[in-house]
Amino acid sequence: MTIAARAERAAQSITPEIVAEHGLSPDEYKRLVAALGREPGLTELGIFSVMWSEHCSYKSSKVWLKKLPTEGPQVIQGPGENAGIVDLGDGQAAVFKMESHNHPSYIEPYQGAATGVGGIMRDVFTMGARPIANMNALRFGAPDHPKTKHLVSGVVSGIGDYGNCMGVPTVGGETNFDPRYNDNILVNAMCVGLVDTGRIFKAAAKGVGHPVVYVGSKTGRDGIHGATMASAEFDDASAEKRPTVQVGDPFTEKLLLEACLELMEEDAIVAIQDMGAAGLTSSSVEMADKGGVGIELDLDLVPTREGGMTAYEMMLSESQERMLMILKPGSETIAERVFRKWELDFSVIGYTTDTRRLVVRHRGVIEADIPLAALAHAAPVYERAWVKPEPQARVAPEEVPAPNSLPGALECLIGSPHLCSRRWIWEQYDHMVMADTVQRPGGDAAVVRVHGTKKGLAISCDVTPRYCAADPHQGAKQAVAECWRNLTAAGANPLAITDCMNFGNPERPEIMGTFAGAVEGMAEACTALSFPVVSGNVSLYNETNGVSIPPTPSIGGIGLIPDISTMATIALKRPGDVLMLLGKEEGHLGQSLYMQAMLDRSFGAPPPVDLKAERRTGDLVRGLIRAGGVSAVHDVSDGGVLVAIAEMALAGGHGVALDAAPGPLPAHAVWFGEDQARYIVAAPPDKADAVREAAEAAQVPFRQLGTVGGDAVRLDGEPPLPLAVLRTAHEDWLPRFMAHG
Amino acid sequence: MKASVIVFPGSNCDRDAAVALEAASGLAPSMVWHGDSELPASDLIVLPGGFSYGDYLRSGAMAAHSPVMREVVARARGGTPVLGICNGFQVLTEAGLLPGVLMRNATLKFICRDVLLRVERNDTGFTRRYAQGEVVRFALANKDGGYFAEEATLDRLEGEGRIAFRYCDETGEISAAANPNGSRRNIAGLYNENGTVLGLMPHPERLADPALGGTDGAKMFLSLVETLH
Repeated sequence: MTIAARAERAAQSITPEIVAEHGLSPDEYKRLVAALGREPGLTELGIFSVMWSEHCSYKSSKVWLKKLPTEGPQVIQGPGENAGIVDLGDGQAAVFKMESHNHPSYIEPYQGAATGVGGIMRDVFTMGARPIANMNALRFGAPDHPKTKHLVSGVVSGIGDYGNCMGVPTVGGETNFDPRYNDNILVNAMCVGLVDTGRIFKAAAKGVGHPVVYVGSKTGRDGIHGATMASAEFDDASAEKRPTVQVGDPFTEKLLLEACLELMEEDAIVAIQDMGAAGLTSSSVEMADKGGVGIELDLDLVPTREGGMTAYEMMLSESQERMLMILKPGSETIAERVFRKWELDFSVIGYTTDTRRLVVRHRGVIEADIPLAALAHAAPVYERAWVKPEPQARVAPEEVPAPNSLPGALECLIGSPHLCSRRWIWEQYDHMVMADTVQRPGGDAAVVRVHGTKKGLAISCDVTPRYCAADPHQGAKQAVAECWRNLTAAGANPLAITDCMNFGNPERPEIMGTFAGAVEGMAEACTALSFPVVSGNVSLYNETNGVSIPPTPSIGGIGLIPDISTMATIALKRPGDVLMLLGKEEGHLGQSLYMQAMLDRSFGAPPPVDLKAERRTGDLVRGLIRAGGVSAVHDVSDGGVLVAIAEMALAGGHGVALDAAPGPLPAHAVWFGEDQARYIVAAPPDKADAVREAAEAAQVPFRQLGTVGGDAVRLDGEPPLPLAVLRTAHEDWLPRFMAHG
Repeated sequence: MKASVIVFPGSNCDRDAAVALEAASGLAPSMVWHGDSELPASDLIVLPGGFSYGDYLRSGAMAAHSPVMREVVARARGGTPVLGICNGFQVLTEAGLLPGVLMRNATLKFICRDVLLRVERNDTGFTRRYAQGEVVRFALANKDGGYFAEEATLDRLEGEGRIAFRYCDETGEISAAANPNGSRRNIAGLYNENGTVLGLMPHPERLADPALGGTDGAKMFLSLVETLH
């Protein structure tokens, strides 16, 4: 029996059991009664439960999130709106956000992932922006876990079908396999939109007596208590929560997108917000609260998919593809004409008032009458207890065994689940629609052209969960730095980030300690790199039967390329070009992919992140790109220098001849170490000296690695590894894995 | 060349087609809403890619019955050139302007990647800028792209020279390995009896700009401009 049905049977008397089923603690219930001034009715309890859920109220994370830098001259809108906005110059701005849809995607991967994509796109176009690119960050369990293939297959096709039908290109992302996600996968979806700075729409419902308008799909019984589900741990019975997963209809969302943007051309909308988590409840409460008004809703006017829906169900439904708007009085006719043209439901369901209360009527009965401040601001804020994670000892290169053969190790790494080509995934995403994708998936960053201009937006999603698990502080710093580096490697000025903070149960001090460490690491990196956080979401309780995922602060960053003719790619272009390494070599193998893939172990501290070196090196590389001094650029991350070079060789179809590693470090630490703040660049021979000089002037360590040419990766003193062999290893793993389902 | 691009609810390559048409002809096409029964005077009608009506029922099936399609069919029968790309090809088969049907890809998955095509005829208004047998690169992006018709129909189409493009390898060889989606006889594009209606699964408009990684598609629009100026 569903929570709703059980509660209904209890005939409106609120028992402690019903309170508990709504995810509220006895203390929180006391607080609710105090805020309301009386015992709530059932609908009111439902409304409170979603607004006070972790998902909507950020009650465990709020005190920490305040530490993140959110400002900068480029920031037009920081956190607190549907999405963040940064300035792109020329009266244009980018609107972007990333959001998690983890729990639904584990229970029902196709619909869970699809509606995650649908939700994040609504967050963007609700602000007046046309979505121009989608990205995603996916974490699955071990390849040999019985559920993994099913989840990969469902999630990828759910993301693809939704974005493809919307006609918004899905241009990239990242995918990990790790047994620690076996019972709690992560699906983080990001959307970037483009808006004119003079035409940004927000969610503050200013003004009294304005019509409240419902548009989009009809309301059904799907998704009830989705926000509450996202705020609790999983257990073996979680599959029973399948009915709380929403069902997506991308075709309706495409109509909704076009209808909203068409109406936004008129001077008709005061405020607009999508009905996402907690549906009609959160959209109406947040808009009225931000506008400093009250709101009165008549649920008899809500378009419903099925008969007999109660006020409780309508207020808590998370049916997809719905929007709530506050219109200027007198604009109803024009708005209705637009939405009817697009064959969408349109209904005036209430008005703004001066009471600062949410009043909900249904069938002539007042089902809820709640001060908005109680819903929006009286939610508890917890300073959860936390303990600092034990730091792990730094691993000396000599402590990590060398491989039998360096080329053999490279072949093994590049064909491992961790580093193999993700082509099987991104070929299921339409990454070319809108005809502005100037850098397709597979490089450091995806780049989409700002339509009709020569500007490009570089986009990247990054985090290395094994680093975060070993040291959340360094790991989160690294995630921000790697994102910044990937944008830089494409030639972009990094502008800002959105984040998806995926963690376990915050009521456990050791989990809260990882969250605290990650926020502090992010804050440090964002500050040092002038890379503020403008939007994001927090997803806690990512654990099953008491086992948490590794701390996973996904970072989604965007950067601006002023002229795409100066964009860099990772592909080697010409035989004879000189390959160079920029950045310091320390042979750091702790928590490296070499360790994980070759030794099946992960130990020691992750590589430390020197933010000053990051900035210095990144600024140097960006300058070289802009000056046309380099022909290819790739950042060094998972797998180290040799893997980065192999990826450049495969992308360009040119081999390389590499000199033996000099110096005292063991060769495998030089080639597979994951020291940060490093890039590989290629340059024509007549420009190589200029690269060296620029590096010396910027005090960035420099080493010439070898030259481009041939059809193999040749390491001095080792047998050549033919590109064809490398390519087969790189391309084969994922299709082969997925074929045997 | 004055073109009209038909916009169905769910079309999503309408802008891409318009950009490529304007780049080739210097004239912005008319964007015609599916609910309109009036169609402006047009030298060329384009049915763009996307998911008209969400691909519900069958891809292209509902769009084929929209008000504007009655006029499109009439114009096509009167000789006005019509280009249906991707979902537009599906609409053309559903509207009876082209034989056969587009089925779910043999992989059962959406496929987005560049494909090589052999130009089977360069004597039509769509292909005069290509060489006979030229291998060109267009961008494939669909889930329902496997062309199917009965053997007798396929024989007849081949006999009448109505195959426009076939999936091929770098050398122009037609092979199973070069067929991305299980299309019968590697058919990627198809003409009507007099070569004025072309249905094409891969997108020429997505590779008509060097910044996007290729310009082979531009020659189709330039061919049309040359033919229809």
